[in-house]
Amino acid sequence: MQWETVIGLEVHLQLATESKIFSGSPTTFGAEPNTQASAVDLAMPGMLPVLNEQAVHYAVKFGLGIGAQISKRSVFDRKNYFYPDLPKGYQISQFEAPIVGKGSFEILMEDGSSRTIGITRAHLEEDAGKSLHEDFNNHTGIDLNRAGTPLLEIVSEPDIRNAAEAVAYLKALHSLVTYLGISDGNMAEGSMRCDVNISLRPMGSTTLGTRAEIKNVNSFRFVEKAIHHEFQRQADILEEGGKITQETRLYDADRDETRSMRSKEVANDYRYFPEPDLLPVVIDDIYIESIRESLPELPADKRSRFTAQYGLGPYDANVLSDSRPLADYFEAVAGECGDAKIAANWVQVELLGQLNRAGGTIEKCPVSATALGQLISRILDNTISGKMAKQVFESMWKGEGDADEIIEARGLLQVSDTGAIDAIVNDVLSANAAQVQQYLDADEAKRKKLVGFFVGQVMKLSKGQANPQMVNELLAKKLI
Amino acid sequence: MRIEQDEIEKIAELSRIRISDEEIGQVTQRIAEILQMVDQLQAVDTHDVEPMANPLDATQRLRPDKVTQSNRRNAFQAIAPAVENGLYLVPKVIE
Repeated sequence: MQWETVIGLEVHLQLATESKIFSGSPTTFGAEPNTQASAVDLAMPGMLPVLNEQAVHYAVKFGLGIGAQISKRSVFDRKNYFYPDLPKGYQISQFEAPIVGKGSFEILMEDGSSRTIGITRAHLEEDAGKSLHEDFNNHTGIDLNRAGTPLLEIVSEPDIRNAAEAVAYLKALHSLVTYLGISDGNMAEGSMRCDVNISLRPMGSTTLGTRAEIKNVNSFRFVEKAIHHEFQRQADILEEGGKITQETRLYDADRDETRSMRSKEVANDYRYFPEPDLLPVVIDDIYIESIRESLPELPADKRSRFTAQYGLGPYDANVLSDSRPLADYFEAVAGECGDAKIAANWVQVELLGQLNRAGGTIEKCPVSATALGQLISRILDNTISGKMAKQVFESMWKGEGDADEIIEARGLLQVSDTGAIDAIVNDVLSANAAQVQQYLDADEAKRKKLVGFFVGQVMKLSKGQANPQMVNELLAKKLI
Repeated sequence: MRIEQDEIEKIAELSRIRISDEEIGQVTQRIAEILQMVDQLQAVDTHDVEPMANPLDATQRLRPDKVTQSNRRNAFQAIAPAVENGLYLVPKVIE
């Protein structure tokens, strides 16, 4: 049978606040265990939570970024479960009245098509601590540094149909939240964690099948693999006439499989009730509007502007608008050299190529946007050929100077002097009389191939410095 | 609303409260009585009443995003039953 995959994603996004959501402890990543856990985070008796304004601000900013309803009155609830890394025995979360309601945003696929994915809700909550199960003589070690870190849980509608869309959704979400500056989006450090809800149904059906929830899939690649694996697992069960059990499964990246987390089955009864230690959070229009005014140009808007203003294709526009630093870099290069299409090409191919190979980021790129723009200008004004420019770029990357210095030092100046090229062309033609005759005897189609030989010889003699366009023009004139 | 003994047993397990076999009948009886009172409250017409999350007629005050707590790990761990390498130790959690 043909199965359709129905996927909804829950993303836990760590908000980029200085302090925790309910206490004044720092949120720095990688500190010594339990050095950032205060009495509130440890759930000492009598401690009371006080809500961090910045967390509310970031949540509202996200809501505005996806065009969602912002709740002027939202309520915190207790989600009750027992686990040692949750010292209070409940997590403070939002259940009935989340701060962000329904919204949506657009994802762009690699083939240039786009889809709109609905967001059901986004709510504020606190993170739990970490349990370390190894090396403690039959004990589990608990680090509560992460306990109380502000999270925004973003729940999508079951609008996603395959692994590629799930990855595109996460990338678009990552791009959006880093544009907004509400999170560093660092998946490796757990700033963006993803649970995947997945079910299958016969193609054409409109009812939802029983779903499994896959917890903690923490890289774009693992999301893709986990979905492929889970699709196959569920399809195999259904093909054999079996039933899917609604359960929580854990993705094991080492074995590339998902497996059941049986221990949590009984605990899936969280007995939510309003958190008596916190009052309802009330925000007004002035507050919301002031945040709306602070919104930067968002990825989708930037993408459309790149298409309209610079004439870029949807794919190029998407790559270049992926992060604010990259978009700013591209615009600076385009401004410097005055040709956005060549700038787009250079940034994507040469610059991102080098960055990927070096494992660097655009913020720490050794070649500034101005320097790259100047290099491209030297191609545009025929000082050097595109091929030469790549060599110059390599040297710029190594810190050997700016484009003009390297061109000068290496004597790479392109020869656009008609007289000089003319002399070389004449030399080549007289040294290769047989090929000239062959060319003259050939028909139009063959001539096109044969002319390449002469161009090659001229370039060789000129050490690659002859302006190729001029060489072609001169050859066309002389080979008659 | 009726409540059965097995539901009480489940809630007790979720809440990590141990109720002995001698007590369970009485506990079930008493919770059933509380639920009868809840039924009485449910019968009141509340369709014009806004749901109340907190009895205080006030809204949440927000705190500026500033780090105000310093590291007091030594003091906290001095009263913990077991610690190692800065971690709090608890009986092994089997996943």
